[in-house]
Parts: sequence; C-alpha cells; structure tokens
Amino acid sequence: MPDNQTVKEALNKKGAFGEDIDLERYEDGTNAPEFVEDLQDSEYQRYMENVGVVSDEINRSGTIMFIDNGMSHCSAKVQEGLEILSLKEALKQHEGLKDFMWNAMDPTKDKYTAKTYLDDADGYFLRVKAGHHIKAPVQTCMLINSNKSAQRLHNVIIVEDGGSLEIITGCSTANHAGDSLHVGVSEIYMGDNANLSFSMIHSWGKQTNVRPRTRCVIGKNSNYSNNYVILNPVGSIQSFPVADLGAGSSATYNTMCIAHEGSDIDSGGLVNLNGVGARAEIMSRSISMGGKLCARGRLVGNSPGVKAHLECRSIILKDGGSTVAIPELEAHVADVEMTHEAAVGKIARDQIEYLMSRGLDEDQAVSMIVRGFLSGSINGLPEALQKELDAAIEQANLGD
Amino acid sequence: MTEMLKIVNLHAEAGEREILRGVDLTINEGETAVLFGPNGSGKSTLLSTIMGYSTTKVTEGEILFKGEDITEMTVDQRAKLGIGMMMQRPPNIYGVRLGDLLNATSGKNSGIIDDAPKFKMERFLDREINVGFSGGEIKRSELLQLTAQKPEFILLDEPESGVDLENIDLIGSKVRELLYDGHGCGGSAQRHVSSLVITHTGQILDYIGADRAYVMKNGRIQCSGRPADLLKDIKEHGYGECAACQTIKL
Repeated sequence: MPDNQTVKEALNKKGAFGEDIDLERYEDGTNAPEFVEDLQDSEYQRYMENVGVVSDEINRSGTIMFIDNGMSHCSAKVQEGLEILSLKEALKQHEGLKDFMWNAMDPTKDKYTAKTYLDDADGYFLRVKAGHHIKAPVQTCMLINSNKSAQRLHNVIIVEDGGSLEIITGCSTANHAGDSLHVGVSEIYMGDNANLSFSMIHSWGKQTNVRPRTRCVIGKNSNYSNNYVILNPVGSIQSFPVADLGAGSSATYNTMCIAHEGSDIDSGGLVNLNGVGARAEIMSRSISMGGKLCARGRLVGNSPGVKAHLECRSIILKDGGSTVAIPELEAHVADVEMTHEAAVGKIARDQIEYLMSRGLDEDQAVSMIVRGFLSGSINGLPEALQKELDAAIEQANLGD
Repeated sequence: MTEMLKIVNLHAEAGEREILRGVDLTINEGETAVLFGPNGSGKSTLLSTIMGYSTTKVTEGEILFKGEDITEMTVDQRAKLGIGMMMQRPPNIYGVRLGDLLNATSGKNSGIIDDAPKFKMERFLDREINVGFSGGEIKRSELLQLTAQKPEFILLDEPESGVDLENIDLIGSKVRELLYDGHGCGGSAQRHVSSLVITHTGQILDYIGADRAYVMKNGRIQCSGRPADLLKDIKEHGYGECAACQTIKL
C-alpha cells in the first residue's frame, strides 16, 4: 500500500484517457444525507426507477442506496450467505478488510482514485460467502442530489469460492444537480468457481462528469459479466474497467451507449487473460446522435489456450460529433486465439428499405434496427434493463 | 379486368447506368405474370424499381398501381398500398429478430407466430433476420413475412433459386397459398392476389400456374406469350434465338 504522501502526489495525475476534470471546481457532497426508510414513499423514487432500481424491491435480495457521499437506505431480505453493508460499517465488522481493500485498485492510478482514497470514502460492501447462490439480484443506487458537488464512493464486492451474485446498479442525478462529478471506485474480488453479473445503468445530467474506476480480480473457473448502459445525455464519461482472469475463467463486457449532442463518452475495458484457458469477450454497441464517442477495448493474452474476441460497432445517426473505435489485442504467448472486429458508419440503406417493404415507415424501421443493435449484444438482459432500454430508445427519437 | 399494375415507358438507372430502357407492362387483378430473360437483362432491377428501392432511380416513365401513380412514393407507402416483395438475396438485418418483425407488421394477436411451424421457421423466430440463414431458410422466411403482410400484389424474384428439392415443394405450396383462396381441391381455388414472378427454371410454375409470360432483354420487354410455350422455346433455343420473338411482337 502506498504511503499517504505518494497518494497525495497522485492528486495531480490525469486519467489515462478522457478530458481532465478540475476537482477543485466541485464542493464535497454531504456525508449525511436524509435516510430513506421506504423507497416507494420517497421523492427519489422516479430517479431510481429510471435506472432500473425498483422501489418495491420485489424480486430483489436487497437494496443499498447512496445519496451524495452517504448511505441513505439499506435493506436486505434475510438470506444466508449475503452481506449488504456500507463500507464504513463493513470495516467495523471485518477487522481484516482495511488491509484487504485497495489491493485490486491502485490508489495512485490517477487523481480520481487518489482523492477517493484520501477522503476515506464510503460506498457499498457486498459479500457472498463461499458456496452461496444468491437467487434474486441485489440493487445498488447512487444519486447525486447537490449541484456543483462531487460524489466519491468506494465500493467493495466479494464473491467467495463457489458463490454467485447478480448486481443491478443504477446511477443518476436529481434534476437540480446536473452540474456535478461522480467518481465511483469499485473493487471486485472473485474466488474460484464463482459467478458475478454486474449491470450498470446510468442516467446523468447534461453537465455531469463521470469517472468510474473498476477492477475485478478473478480466481479460477469463474465467470464475470459486466453490462454498462448509458442512453441519456451526459457531460462526459470516461470508463475503462479492468479484469484479471485466472485459469479457466471468463469475462464478458457489454457496453451500450448513445452519445447525444454535447456528450463525450469514452468507454471500454481491459481484460488481462492471465490463467491458462481463460476466455473473454468485449462487445460494444454505440450510437452517435451528434456527440463524441470513443469505444476502446483491450485484450491481453498472457497464457496458453486463451480465447478472446472484441467487437466495437458504432452507428452514426447525426453529424456533428465524432466516433472512434480503438480495438487492441496483445499476446505474450503463441498459443492464443484472439480476434477483433470494428465497424463505424450509418445504418445500411438496404436494411432500412427491407423493413419498409414490410410496411414500416422509415422512423419505425430505423428505431427497430437501433433497438436490435443496442440490445442484441446482450443475451438475457435483466427485465428492468430491457424496459429502460426500450423506453430510452423511444424518448431518443432515433428516427430523425 | 381491373388493371393492378401498369408500367408505362419506364426508364431507370442503377449505379448511374441505364438498366431499364422503356418498359411497358400491364398486370391485371388476379393475374400472374412470369418474367424470363438472360442474366443482366434488367429483371431484378424492374422488380426493385416497382418496390421503390433506392438502388434504382427512375429517369422517365411512370408506374401506376390500382390507378394511382406510385413512381415517386417511398417503399413503405407502396407496401401499405398492397405491394410485397420476395427478394432473391435479401440483406442481413442485424439485431432485428424475425418474430419481432412479424409482430410489427401483422400485430401481436394476428396468430402469425403460430403459423411459423407451417413454414418450418419456429426455430428462427428469435434469430436475426437472414443472418446465417441457408438459401431455403431465406425463402421460407420471406414467405412467412409476406404471409404476415398480406399483400395484394407480390413481386417474386426467383423464388426457387438456392432451394433444395426437399424444400421446393414447401416453397411452391406457400407461394400458391399466398396467391389463391382455398387449397384448390376440386378446382375451387380462386386466385385473388396478382404477381410478377422472375424464374429461370420454371419450377415454380408447377405450383402457381401463370397467365402470361414476358421475355426481357436489354432493359425492355421483347415479347410475350403463353408461359409454357415461351419456356419451351427458351429451353430449346436459348434467348438468342427466341422463337416467340419471331411470331409474337408486342
């Protein structure tokens, strides 16, 4: 662990990608927000539902919610093998956690991780004990409720050997808090023979800057899937989650995003295939409606028998922005099978006219292709995510 | 007889090259017309131009459908008026599942999804349209989509091409069902849908019959006659020495 002085020096370190954000521009969000007992009777309900977090909590194992920098709700059905806590509470309950965390994520990675570390930021702590399968998803919600403020959270997820978990995370800003900054540092630790599905739905303000930092360390024969959806206007997002795979493990990244006019989205991911026979798939589907898009993907094969595929596809529906696809493959041994595809352009006219020849008008045809383009990359989307996806596509008026 | 489709002096370009050079053609209500012609003669371009695809551009002439000038109409406007097309090589529609398109064209309660097994397409409803389909699967998918659409006039571009012998009977039967009321037992079938069919082999004619055949060469209709007679002449003499052209001038 680096000493505090080294981390302080990293406060001036820009992120590897994306526009640099001046952290001084933002006040710290409150650490003691209003506590919400009943999500259904909450003024925040509509923000939560917009990002797939259901307020009745039906078919959910539990919910943990942060408003600004403090926990405002935590509920869990009694379920053996599952812990849902704030990180601060977890540190009180688990003596060894202090030394355990910040191993997956280097606090000196950049100014965003450094500031989160130095602030001793709170966040959520989810743990699945060895051999436990958590049937219903856990939902987490992060809401920014103060304008010109920074939300900084540090989340720790642990899925022990033989455990399985599905997480749906919704992030949003209140209407009056659009000019804000979100930094979410997430460390994920998976043991052997474990499964984790981690879906994030974001809906921010038009001026919100978003800098998630995620690293997942995975043991042997485990499966990790990471779904990321951002369909509404945002100021800027720069996200490049990292996964380190052990032998026989697999990682799947699915990204679906729409860059509206004024939005700057730089998203992607890195998978280090460290163990023998590890597998990975990075799929990106993005649409530019006049905004800036950069889809990155990097696969690094470090062991024999590795198989990996990377696919970046972007549709440009409106001029005025820019779209960049950067697929990278890197191999350090001979026995690997790594491929990539990238495509950027408009929807082929013959596809639109084919659907029009069945009686759909042009807007309906484009919308149908775009909906399929976005959701087609993910098999078995959570129902909440699918509904949100459909609603966002309708609102986006993609037939223009 | 009511004129369903009337094409007058139609000239059209594809890729800035004139392909259709003055086509005149009339097809009446309930009539099936067959279009023969060598490769590159403009047959598929004519069908695409009638459907309104932007791969072709009309430079002169007009297309009337049920008396209405559709020359400048969009593809979907033509489809809504009652024109449907079975393409020879339709594009892959990535991300759009066949079942979703069927529901969008005919409505969720139309029962079209329940009809999929009759087309041997039940396993394809969740598949992206045409992606990885074999020749026969593409044809069956096209026919299922046309059944959902219920057009009054169908353009069929080589419905039997790329279809194995096992599937040809199913394809032929389904095309027949699209064109006829009833199943034809005891001579009760009535053709109610008009069509224009491109065929090289004539196999499809065993299932649907045809009222009139036309031979297209160099972007024009060169001659017409009884389908069986023209097909026999073409098989015997090829298009270079079309006997029909010697006797039946338009």
